[in-house]
Amino acid sequence: MARLPASTETLIDRHGPHLAFEPPGGFAARGTPDRAVKTHCCFCGQQCGVQLLVKDERVIGVEPWEEFPFNRGKLCPKGIKRYLQNNHPDRLLYPLVRTGSGFARIGWDEALDQVAERILRIQARHGRDAFAVLGGASLTNEKAYLMGKFARLAVRTRHIDYNGRLCMVSAGAGNLKAFGIDRAANPWADIALADCILVAGANVSECSPITTDYIWRARDRGARLIVIDPRLTPIARTADLFLPVKPGRDAALMNAILHAVIRLGGLDHDFIAAHTTGFEALRDALDAFAPERVETLVGIPAARIVEAAALWAQAPRTMLLHARGIEHHTHGVDNVLACINLVLATGKIGKPGCGYATITGQGNGQGAREHGQRCNQLPGARDIENPEHRAVVAERWGVSPDDLPGKGATAPQIVEKIHAGEIRGLLSLCFNPLVSLPDAAYTQAALERLDCFVAIDFFLSETARHADLVLPGSLQEEDEGTVTSVEGRVIRIRQAVAPPGEARQDWRIICALAERLGGGERFQFAAPSEIFDELRKLSAGGTADYAGITYEKIDRQMGVFWPCPDADHPGTPRLFEGGRFGHPDGRARFHAIDYRPPAEDVDDDYPVILTTGRVVSQFLSGNQTRRIGPLVELYPEPRVEMHPRLAARLGIADGERVRVVSRRGALELAAHVVATIRPDTVFIPYHWPGAQSANRLTVRAYDPVSGIPEFKVAAVRIERLAAAATRREP
Amino acid sequence: MSQAAREPRALFVDAGRCIGCHACEEACSECAGHGGQAMIHIEYLARAASVQTAPTVCMHCAVPACASVCPADAIKVDATGVVLSALAERCIGCGNCALACPFGVPKIDPVRHLMTKCDLCYDRTSVGRQPMCATVCPSGALFYGTRAEVEDQRRARPLDQFRFGAQVVRTLNHLMVPAATDLLAIAAGTAPRARAEQHLEEALC
Repeated sequence: MARLPASTETLIDRHGPHLAFEPPGGFAARGTPDRAVKTHCCFCGQQCGVQLLVKDERVIGVEPWEEFPFNRGKLCPKGIKRYLQNNHPDRLLYPLVRTGSGFARIGWDEALDQVAERILRIQARHGRDAFAVLGGASLTNEKAYLMGKFARLAVRTRHIDYNGRLCMVSAGAGNLKAFGIDRAANPWADIALADCILVAGANVSECSPITTDYIWRARDRGARLIVIDPRLTPIARTADLFLPVKPGRDAALMNAILHAVIRLGGLDHDFIAAHTTGFEALRDALDAFAPERVETLVGIPAARIVEAAALWAQAPRTMLLHARGIEHHTHGVDNVLACINLVLATGKIGKPGCGYATITGQGNGQGAREHGQRCNQLPGARDIENPEHRAVVAERWGVSPDDLPGKGATAPQIVEKIHAGEIRGLLSLCFNPLVSLPDAAYTQAALERLDCFVAIDFFLSETARHADLVLPGSLQEEDEGTVTSVEGRVIRIRQAVAPPGEARQDWRIICALAERLGGGERFQFAAPSEIFDELRKLSAGGTADYAGITYEKIDRQMGVFWPCPDADHPGTPRLFEGGRFGHPDGRARFHAIDYRPPAEDVDDDYPVILTTGRVVSQFLSGNQTRRIGPLVELYPEPRVEMHPRLAARLGIADGERVRVVSRRGALELAAHVVATIRPDTVFIPYHWPGAQSANRLTVRAYDPVSGIPEFKVAAVRIERLAAAATRREP
Repeated sequence: MSQAAREPRALFVDAGRCIGCHACEEACSECAGHGGQAMIHIEYLARAASVQTAPTVCMHCAVPACASVCPADAIKVDATGVVLSALAERCIGCGNCALACPFGVPKIDPVRHLMTKCDLCYDRTSVGRQPMCATVCPSGALFYGTRAEVEDQRRARPLDQFRFGAQVVRTLNHLMVPAATDLLAIAAGTAPRARAEQHLEEALC
């Protein structure tokens, strides 16, 4: 049913990606803006403050917002050129229905009627859970909340999940296990106050550039920087100590660092005794991780591991930051817990300049994981399998707990259930799984198997090309709402312009569908602020308590950190002060972590480790940034990064096109021969679709706890292309 | 009036902090009158060996070679020492300035026969703001302010004297260099390797 309705070339010709380079009418015609709207970047979890310049009700440019305290006017290239997604020739302007030769325009009523009718028809024939919903972590808190409510009370399916499954779930699960609360423990201002900063698996200079400013402010005071990464990233280049970990061995390395810290006498025995449980079991487990014993495994000389332990142990105040580099693994949660063990064992948390944070990836990577669009979660970061939590939410929604569906499938499991014929229909908002899930060929086959696929989007993403119905939704700057930034700071997204053409704000589309599905009385919202009011009241008493947060308070305080339980509460920038953690007994938990190898290790047939990640000029699946000309020019297409020693062994020259082959598929792309990566590892950024998609190679293997895919380790071989065999780039 | 207040504000360029993100270029291209073109440029120094990048931007020389060699007298210096971009009505696009500049800054627009380069965003700095490149720079590789301010905040020291062969050039903008450096000699040769680059060499494979 859902094969492409026309050739890829035809669809690209009609719907892009095309490149936008200039504001409407060109730079010369830009003129003076009518107003500047203070809002935030639409891309990553840093959520930098920025002003959108509006003239004649169109966004014509940006201006730094220097008063916003997080980024003080600083921006990365994406934040500067983001405005070019407005007035874009590819913008979806009216509902589309699939035809024999592409897509045709239809009216909203007809489109919404058709969507509702198809959902109900599939459910009548195959059961309610045969229809699934996918959301995203770029959505505002209001929309994320609404998606969860919509899936459970209007579609009445258990299967809703979101693309944060590819992003924050390992960190979230680890935080919850260890601390009882899933949020960055410290505000970013604490980074600048630290004496030693350990960055594990986070390419901050490309994926969260503003964080480099905080790190440098600490270093201006004399702080030391340790970076753990298989690649020498721009921030790693300047580190005092660089630990080039072999991909997939992070838990063993963190265990070894803690082992060395113990040998150096760096434990905080008082803190361990007063504020934690489980240390004895951890200590026993660490016996096997002496640096000398694991140096070959982790790929780093023992002396350097000991050096890291000494830098960490000697610094009065430390910050540990990690991101997807340690989290995108089949043992991602273990890696997170091994990091937290180091922080807890040295008592370095809950104080100014001293603590821990995971760096959220997506714009609302924090908030979108709190309000119930996750398969296992209800609003307020409540557990869908906890009877008390279910009762609270059901009561506030005015339904019986029995009418609340139970835990559903994760996003990758939803794709598996589509393959199995168990899920027959799908509605997706803000998710481009064809580019972002591992093993793209498998995802594509699933899309082709659906009886009905409905995509709400602003551009026709590679995934949306497979849709039966496409509903034109809203760009971030076309709606009001809130997001929760990397710091746990709830901030305001302000509407700059109206959606163009017949495009509608996403929440209006969802509410209109709920009306047609028979749940309309619970979706009577006149504005995002009304959704937020419902959300914050519902979150009261939950872990992520927004009860005391209002739009007005956010404006007044430049954001409010949750938990904020009542109107007089100022919010909570720093968690765990005084060693009080989120578990009922107030204690943090140690976890004894063993080392487990990656799901697919190298062998004779596939002898090279592939790791994937991002470049600074693109964002995630690229549905927005691959349409912004100046960003595309900075890094036009993916290359495979490899060390000169590996290249020499294979006879590959810089710039030569090569074939990278895994058990899932193959990719042809140019070699980028650089001495800034481990010689046993190659790197490919994942922002591109089709023949350029790194996810044609990655493996469908998931963390057993978080369900995150193992994007950071797959086994590949590199082949020279026959045609290029004699060519040598200068 | 304090000394800090009398000091001129200038750009302080710390290539050591540059992360190669190109935010400065993209910001510059958005500035009024730039028409999407950047007057600052980010380049890898030797990508095969290192991720080190550096911004190239007009240093605003005290005695600007570009102005000295201009046959059309198109390059003027304002009262604050800012070397202005070529006057469009005078510039003949001959490229002498580009050849003469020791820092490799001026670019010639072949269509308009016009030299363009950074003039320190007069429209912004004249009203007390920073050039947009320095405002947005996420790593602090570009800092706009006074020498006293940057010395107060940073460990690296500002330097405004450069020796090219036998010639010493003084500039309004500064490069940030390790402490105890008072003159930078530009010479051919391989750059010393960063500590982290040595640590990568030690990786066990």
